[in-house]
Amino acid sequence: MAEEQQLFKITIDGITIEVPQGTTVLNAARMIGKEVAPPAMCYYSKLEGSGGKCRTCLVEVAAGSTKDPRPMPKLVASCRTVVMDGMIVKNKTSERVIDARNGIVEYLLINHPLDCPICDQAGECHLQDLGYDHGLAGTRYEFKRRTFVREDIGPYVQLHMTRCILCYRCVYVADQLTDHRVHGILDRGDHSDISTYVSKAIDNDFSGNMIDVCPVGALTDRTYRFKNRVWFLKPMDAHRDCDKCCGKVTLWNRGDEVYRVTARKDPWGEVQEIDGKTAWICNTCRFEKKKASDWTIEGPTKIDRHSVISANHYAEKVQPPDPLNKVLFGRKPLLLMDIHEVSKVNTPDIDLSKIPGPATSTTFIDRDEAKDIEQAEAERLLINDHKELP
Amino acid sequence: MTKKLLLDKVHVEGIRNFDVYRREGGYQSVEKALKMQQDDIVEEVKKSGLRGRGGAGFPTGLKWSFLAKPEGLSRYLVCNADESEPGTFKDRYLMELIPHLLIEGMIVSSYALGSTTSYIYIRGEYDWVSDILDKAIDEAKQNGFLGKNILGSGFDCEIYTHRGAGAYICGEETALLESLEGKRGLPRIKPPFPAVKGVWDCPTVVNNVETIAAVVPIINDGGEAYSKIGVGRSTGTKLISACGNINKPGVYEIDMTISVEEFIYSDEYCGGIPNGKRLKACIPGGSSVPILPANLLLKTAKGETRMMNYESLSDGGFATGSMMGSGGFIVLDEDQCVVRHTLTLARFYHHESCGQCSPCREGTGWMEKVFQKIENGKGEMKDIDLLWDIQRRIEGNTICPLGDAAAWPVAAAIRHFRDEFEWHINNREECLIRNYGLAHYADPLEAVVS
Ligand SMILES: Cc1cc2nc3c(=O)[nH]c(=O)nc-3n(C[C@H](O)[C@H](O)[C@H](O)COP(=O)(O)O)c2cc1C
Ligand code: SF4
Ligand code: SF4
Ligand code: FES
Repeated sequence: MAEEQQLFKITIDGITIEVPQGTTVLNAARMIGKEVAPPAMCYYSKLEGSGGKCRTCLVEVAAGSTKDPRPMPKLVASCRTVVMDGMIVKNKTSERVIDARNGIVEYLLINHPLDCPICDQAGECHLQDLGYDHGLAGTRYEFKRRTFVREDIGPYVQLHMTRCILCYRCVYVADQLTDHRVHGILDRGDHSDISTYVSKAIDNDFSGNMIDVCPVGALTDRTYRFKNRVWFLKPMDAHRDCDKCCGKVTLWNRGDEVYRVTARKDPWGEVQEIDGKTAWICNTCRFEKKKASDWTIEGPTKIDRHSVISANHYAEKVQPPDPLNKVLFGRKPLLLMDIHEVSKVNTPDIDLSKIPGPATSTTFIDRDEAKDIEQAEAERLLINDHKELP
Repeated sequence: MTKKLLLDKVHVEGIRNFDVYRREGGYQSVEKALKMQQDDIVEEVKKSGLRGRGGAGFPTGLKWSFLAKPEGLSRYLVCNADESEPGTFKDRYLMELIPHLLIEGMIVSSYALGSTTSYIYIRGEYDWVSDILDKAIDEAKQNGFLGKNILGSGFDCEIYTHRGAGAYICGEETALLESLEGKRGLPRIKPPFPAVKGVWDCPTVVNNVETIAAVVPIINDGGEAYSKIGVGRSTGTKLISACGNINKPGVYEIDMTISVEEFIYSDEYCGGIPNGKRLKACIPGGSSVPILPANLLLKTAKGETRMMNYESLSDGGFATGSMMGSGGFIVLDEDQCVVRHTLTLARFYHHESCGQCSPCREGTGWMEKVFQKIENGKGEMKDIDLLWDIQRRIEGNTICPLGDAAAWPVAAAIRHFRDEFEWHINNREECLIRNYGLAHYADPLEAVVS
């Protein structure tokens, strides 16, 4: 239908983009790019019905649409607000949004154990990133934090309820990917608890995907527990023939050893779409195939996220140009000791004890080429007026 | 003296029984309505100016006209009888004493909206009331006012009661619908609104008990006549459940032309404050609305007499006014402690938060803890500002209005009674053994305008 292809114009933080009708404000912002995309702790584009809960993605609507340009009185959850034609949205440019978001981060952290040093999620945790961007240096909360007992749910997954931010993503995964959901949220309010129904273990071919969608370290991989830190591991894209899932994964290696297997993630930390389908992986690929020989390795994974796991794999970042040339107006810097020349220290044709004063790069230059020495000395005097001669 | 439209017959012997109710003129509005066009009934309700009695005061006729009517989808009427707001007990009174009035209103409203299956979602603790309603439904059915082909009009209608399980949040209309569907009572994210996608994904109208009951006199006497009662946009009569430090707690039907002072002190209503005590403060519309100190309660900041109606109670916004809310009128005398009182409310909202969204889930618990600290003689000055900050960042940032409802009482308590908080902090030991104030607030204060 012609109507469905209609494009709506939306301006976010001063950048205008046209998006298909029905797009949410959050997804429109993601189309523009990272600079304007609000953080999202509960929304997950591949999980139907997700979003609206954490409130980190709140934005200010400065104009509702061309037809009705009135501003909206309240901040709205961008993940659940559909774009109207001519909408003007403020995210980072709105003080109200930043203030509210700082508040939300504070709320999310008051009952969080902040046990990052012993948490397997550290380095790829969305709450860490959010806290880094919006959190206070200290806490204003001075009461006992809510705690729960750690629980193994099934053979592969460990639940650390104390770390949970109740985003409900894992519940949607269980609803939408597995045959029978046996876990859910029990009780209510700040004593809500994720639990398996009458202690049934979560044992299902796709249950491991809960680990991938969990934004924090509440659901972790038991087979990887305390084995390593993610930033020491080298992510590699790999695949195998799998009869249950797409078999396209990221291996996290150290040397030849495969430490863990995860689905492939996009820049928003969500499981990637491959060939038009969300590339969820099965528990066999995730938990049972821990030998490099199980996999065909495609090459290093590009991690494109503003987080610690991006360390050493910056996909978008370009090395800045070396400024030395510019400052020295084209002259070569004279090094006190040229690193390449130093290697001559190892050639025993010079007795260092016989040199008056400290050794410099010229000390090691072939003594037969006196001319070169003179030249080098001249240059050296020219630049730093250093009178001491060998 | 107010002409009673809803509670006129409550004390007639046996009015709970169909025969007595019918003899007293009951079910006439059904007979009249079934001969009218459905849209004409909606028009009458619009004309009456009736506003929702559940708390928000949204015009009922307008709400009804928003109901989507797509082909092939059923429409539903759901009566909100969850009534769990502290201080509010007017719906229980009505349902318990004159159940057929609600059933009659349900039938007329169902017909107007085209709902052939309607529900009454009733608070779980009201189990005996639910039995009373079930009996009334049975009687109405036996007498041909419910079931197939009502009074030969061709209109079929069934009404079911559904008991809640004890959660305040299930009074929020979308949480109510989830609960009605058999799920956890979590508020839905809006839009879509129930008028488009309500129970079983079908267009639905959710109305308060009193709202639906008020449809009966509107049809009997006409919307025009109803709109002439009251003042301005506060038409008709309103049930107020009064409690706290008053001589005559109870449910009163008022027309909205009387002053707050008259309501508190006249013998027809609350009958004044007992034991010769003086008025300190009042929450005029159920626990969620801002508390007002005596001076701002009796007179607005502009010096006008404050009246018991929607406009006057909210005069001055939240800086110097409050809200009509659900009509739960809670009176505090000079001996009451605002800090402790607000702590009770903070504990309530913490306990009742469904926990879906982070500001309400975490913020309500935090506020309760800070209140505990202050009330228990451990408070520091920074705690007052902290409370203010916590409530400020909850308000408006949540999925449903429970977050706001938790924030407003705290904000109002600090706004109007900040010195009482400071007294607790400066007199850490004394505050453990006695309440602050003692007559201090009984005399009118300077109006606080922020
Ligand atoms: C937390 C919460 C609790 C509520 N509880 C009730 C209630 O017990 N009874 C009620 O009629 N409305 C309650 N409401 C208001 C309803 O959401 C809704 O606005 C009302 O039922 C609409 O009916 P009305 O238009 O007739 O007022 C509550 C709202 C919230 C946010
Ligand atoms: S366990 Fe993780 S995915 Fe599940 S609700 Fe908690 S934070 Fe979200
Ligand atoms: S505001 Fe509170 S009660 Fe309402 S949805 Fe959010 S957490 Fe639940
Ligand atoms: S991502 Fe939008 S509310 Fe959580």
